Amino acid sequence: MEIANSGFPVYLVEREPSIGGHMAKFDKTFPTLDCAACILTPKMVSVGIHPKITMLTCSEVEQVEGYVGNFTVTIRKKARYVKEDVCTGCGICEEKCPISVVDDVFDVGLGYRKAIYRPFAQAVPKYPVLDKENCTYFKQGKCKACQIFCPTSPNAIDFEQQDEIFQIEVGNIILATGYDLFDARRISQYGYGRLANVFTSLEFERLCNASGPTDGEIVLRDGVTEPKSVGIIHCVGSRDRHYNNYCSVICCMQSLKFAHLVKERIGAEVYNFYIDMRTAFKEYDEFYQRVLEEGVHFVRGRVAEVTDAAQQVGEEDKLIIQVEDTLMGGKQRRIPVDMVILATGLEPRHDSKEVANKFGISCSFNGWLTEKHPKLDPVATMTEGIFIAGCAQGPKDIPSSVSQGAAAAARVIGRIYQKELALEPIRAHVIEERCSGCRICNNVCPFNAIIFHENRLVTEINPALCQGCGTCVATCPSEAITGTQFNNQQVLAQLEGLLIVV
Amino acid sequence: MTDKFEPLIIGFTCNWCSYRAADLAGTSRVKYPPNVRLMRLMCSGRMDPTFVLKALGGGADGVLITGCHPGECHYLEQNIKLLRRYKLLQRMLIQFGIEPQRVKLVWASAAEGVHLAREFTKMVEEVRALGPLNWNVPPESGRIEEGIKEGTYEQS
Repeated sequence: MEIANSGFPVYLVEREPSIGGHMAKFDKTFPTLDCAACILTPKMVSVGIHPKITMLTCSEVEQVEGYVGNFTVTIRKKARYVKEDVCTGCGICEEKCPISVVDDVFDVGLGYRKAIYRPFAQAVPKYPVLDKENCTYFKQGKCKACQIFCPTSPNAIDFEQQDEIFQIEVGNIILATGYDLFDARRISQYGYGRLANVFTSLEFERLCNASGPTDGEIVLRDGVTEPKSVGIIHCVGSRDRHYNNYCSVICCMQSLKFAHLVKERIGAEVYNFYIDMRTAFKEYDEFYQRVLEEGVHFVRGRVAEVTDAAQQVGEEDKLIIQVEDTLMGGKQRRIPVDMVILATGLEPRHDSKEVANKFGISCSFNGWLTEKHPKLDPVATMTEGIFIAGCAQGPKDIPSSVSQGAAAAARVIGRIYQKELALEPIRAHVIEERCSGCRICNNVCPFNAIIFHENRLVTEINPALCQGCGTCVATCPSEAITGTQFNNQQVLAQLEGLLIVV
Repeated sequence: MTDKFEPLIIGFTCNWCSYRAADLAGTSRVKYPPNVRLMRLMCSGRMDPTFVLKALGGGADGVLITGCHPGECHYLEQNIKLLRRYKLLQRMLIQFGIEPQRVKLVWASAAEGVHLAREFTKMVEEVRALGPLNWNVPPESGRIEEGIKEGTYEQS
């Protein structure tokens, strides 16, 4: 938006059928309890109708070539089986489709959708997408209900549509690929997937969302019973050396928000099990104080187990949370509750390593994309012209993601306005007369800066792509590559200096 | 020489991690022996095995190469390329009759000042235990006179 508003064309490539990301699934946002859809959907629409933004949904980047100012990006736009230029988004096809399937993407397995569907009512773009795997026509060769009932002329449903592959030319790229949720099944002692009334944080978000599968009713898995007590377990999959060492940043506040929503909507008893309360940032701690005053119970200690095996009176048909209360001198407590919410941590996208590879940037051991400098340059990457924003770089909340997105946009706009590019002075270059064309150096460069000229049988280094690591200089067997500031002579002279006996 | 043998160790450090780790060790007043003399390269991938041999030939008793942890390289994966060279170099050192322990590879991130200082200390002690190298010392190096004076040069 920022870039497009400055008058530069933007291509928005989205893997899912609609933009919006995880935020579109949420009910309220902490700490102000704004409705997520109320603040997000108008923005989505603005993006959708912006004349400078070309939105490519159901699309993925296949290949990236070139360098800053001259990227050629190959995009695969997956077949939607709906003609975007004809469809009006009326939704009749969705109504008429006879197939209902569990929506495990948007409603995280709690609700249903049709085989032709829009992920949610305010989806942008408004066109539905046909799910080939579940469609009767694709499975059995007949049905076509959506096509028969489609009121537009010409008909918007196109069963023959194929994936489109095309290339776009761009100068800068911003990666904002977001996060995946930690799979709570990995911690088997918390019983997710085994005990029905253990929910993940995203499931609970959908439960309390007014447009969610239960119309905002907070109920147990049976769909009718309101829980009388709820336990919220913090740091599930975060701050745990068995899973992820890092803090997922948002879960403390998210859990507080859940606690508040449960209190407000159904007045159940709420127990929070935490290691530390991390409520940094503006108005976050005030929200914590508010939830404390609302009478939510806080137990400091890591939960050992969630079980349905009752041992004492009052534990029948409940989920029992076994915890060591570290503020009561390490006393073992068993707290029976009706519902357990796991504040599942954030993880890098499962394919973040491939994405990093594709764009020629690096990612940390965990899989978060690496910024150029952790403090002074958190939006740029080591590859010129590629920027990162949001949770792709590391766990963060909505305000930080928005700020980082705007920062990345500002950097891109600055780049475009500069017209010229200032580069670090440390670069390698090939002395052509010495190059034997052996091509040993060709494979060592991770930035694809080394080009081999077949006609002259010599290698050349593209100074715009070279980052100056010097690996090729060290690799070259004929000393044909030399690096500014770190050439062999300079290094050896330094070495000589170091070897002087004092 | 009455006091104990003080080895000379050359450290090749990566600009992005270990050079900064050494800097951090300095600013946080962590002590490490003065025997280690550091040199900065942009990346451990710049490490040409020739540098190691020149250092050893020029009078160093040991060489410490440091780089970012695997997967954290500032230039994506160049430390892995160094690792390959290092393995080959180790083999070559054995063929030259040099104890491979004299050349060591350590991973250290920019935050690991204390860890790096500890590695420096360990390395110095290890090389001290191995004794002086005095390998192939070119006559212009200062080390040669010292070697002859102490009677160690002839032995090796």
